[in-house]
Amino acid sequence: MKMVVAIIRPEKFEAVEDALAEKGYVGMTVTEVKGRGEQKGIQLQYRGSTIEVDLLHKIKLEIVVDDEDVDEVVEIICRNARTGRFGDGRIFVVPVEKSVRIRTGEVLRSANGK
Amino acid sequence: MEAGDVAWILASTALVMLMIPGVGFFYAGMVRKKNVISMITLSIVSAIIVGALWTVYGYSLAFSGDVGGFVGDLSKAFLSGVSIGGDGIPEMLFMIYQMMFAAVTLAIITSAIAERMRFSAFLIFGVLWVTLVYIPFAHWLWGGGWLAKLGALDFAGGIVVHVSSGFGALALAFVLGKRYGYGEHPIEPHNIPLTLIGGAMLWFGWFGFNGGSALAANEIAVNAITVTFVASSFAGLTWMAISWLKGKPGSLGVITGVIAGLATITPAAGFVDVRAAIVIGIIAGALCFTALEFRIRKGIDESLDAWAVHGVGGAFGSLAIGLFANPSIGGYAGLLYGNPSLLTIQLIAVAVTIAYSFAVTFAIAKVVDAVTPLRVSLEEEYVGLDIPQHGEVGYA
Repeated sequence: MKMVVAIIRPEKFEAVEDALAEKGYVGMTVTEVKGRGEQKGIQLQYRGSTIEVDLLHKIKLEIVVDDEDVDEVVEIICRNARTGRFGDGRIFVVPVEKSVRIRTGEVLRSANGK
Repeated sequence: MEAGDVAWILASTALVMLMIPGVGFFYAGMVRKKNVISMITLSIVSAIIVGALWTVYGYSLAFSGDVGGFVGDLSKAFLSGVSIGGDGIPEMLFMIYQMMFAAVTLAIITSAIAERMRFSAFLIFGVLWVTLVYIPFAHWLWGGGWLAKLGALDFAGGIVVHVSSGFGALALAFVLGKRYGYGEHPIEPHNIPLTLIGGAMLWFGWFGFNGGSALAANEIAVNAITVTFVASSFAGLTWMAISWLKGKPGSLGVITGVIAGLATITPAAGFVDVRAAIVIGIIAGALCFTALEFRIRKGIDESLDAWAVHGVGGAFGSLAIGLFANPSIGGYAGLLYGNPSLLTIQLIAVAVTIAYSFAVTFAIAKVVDAVTPLRVSLEEEYVGLDIPQHGEVGYA
């Protein structure tokens, strides 16, 4: 199992969520976060002075999937979160050591709860 | 001076003043959290623009003298000769009561500019709009201008306040254009409780708005306050019922229905009875809901629905005087009491107001845009107006 962690634009969340659900990827954890990429946020020029907006609002998605589903999930997120401009976000794929269902205590072998 | 009258209009002035931040909170909850300060500030700034302008020349141009039925003169500029005593309520009290109306009206129009207009451009727009749109309307209806001479009635501002700001907002939205991403991704209210607080402040303040327009503590004020609450309740019920049939009875819809009822009964509050107020409230809820759906269907980003609620509601309420005016309430008879001519006069008044407010607001916005851009940059809009325009954040 892997965890796909995606940092995306807030306004793209609904499109990403719908597209993932359409392919059966329903489970996810969503967090409102602030962050910056290599551009260090946004610089605004205002009447000769510069205003730095260092940290921008983003949405963080955390989705645990089976290894063979990682590429599809990453592709769905990329396609639906992209505007083509700086600030579209990043996706990280990290290994998941163990998954435990709290209600029963059982250790799961699959991201689908099996 | 009649102390009771003075006390009531002093209280009404304070009540209407509360509506100004009320509009701010009502609107602020409906924008994204990155624009919450911008939205409240626009209402507060509307008050300070009008406070200054009304003192210098606004009151005088609206309420003293008459130049061709169109506008007053400058004989009371800087409030010279405006008395703090005398018979009835003092003129100074009438002046400041009217000042609050003008401020609320400018605050309502900020619906159209949510999340995308430059603050400095709004300041220029606000001065021009109050001068060229609000003041003429106030003079035409209440300052002895040509609509007053024609016999048009507007008890508490259905035409002067609500039609002018509602259709002005529509024109401004057309010039300004849609928000980035409007119609492509969801732009949702960030704080509905804030909107409910603002709506509740408006509802409360509206007692002063309509009840105070009797300009005395008398039976007309009693009727106005009663029909105001009755109409707004039935409008809220109607809006709630329609939205329930289509899904859930959302609180945003309920409070919007209430505001629609308030805007609609406003022009008629001194002329109609309780039974008419029930009908007016029900029609207001259904009509303004339909107008809001029409706006969304057409993809018009008049963002916070000043047009659908205040413009359409105020227009219908002004026509409703021609239908339901009861001579035993305010001394005027409408169509149902055998007088069709009042409806014709009201139709003329509403049609002229719609045309004038839309056309002149459109022209003002174009002129301001030519002098200084109306819109913020795309990046500022993306970041939200609070940081780039005010250097502040609403929530840590």
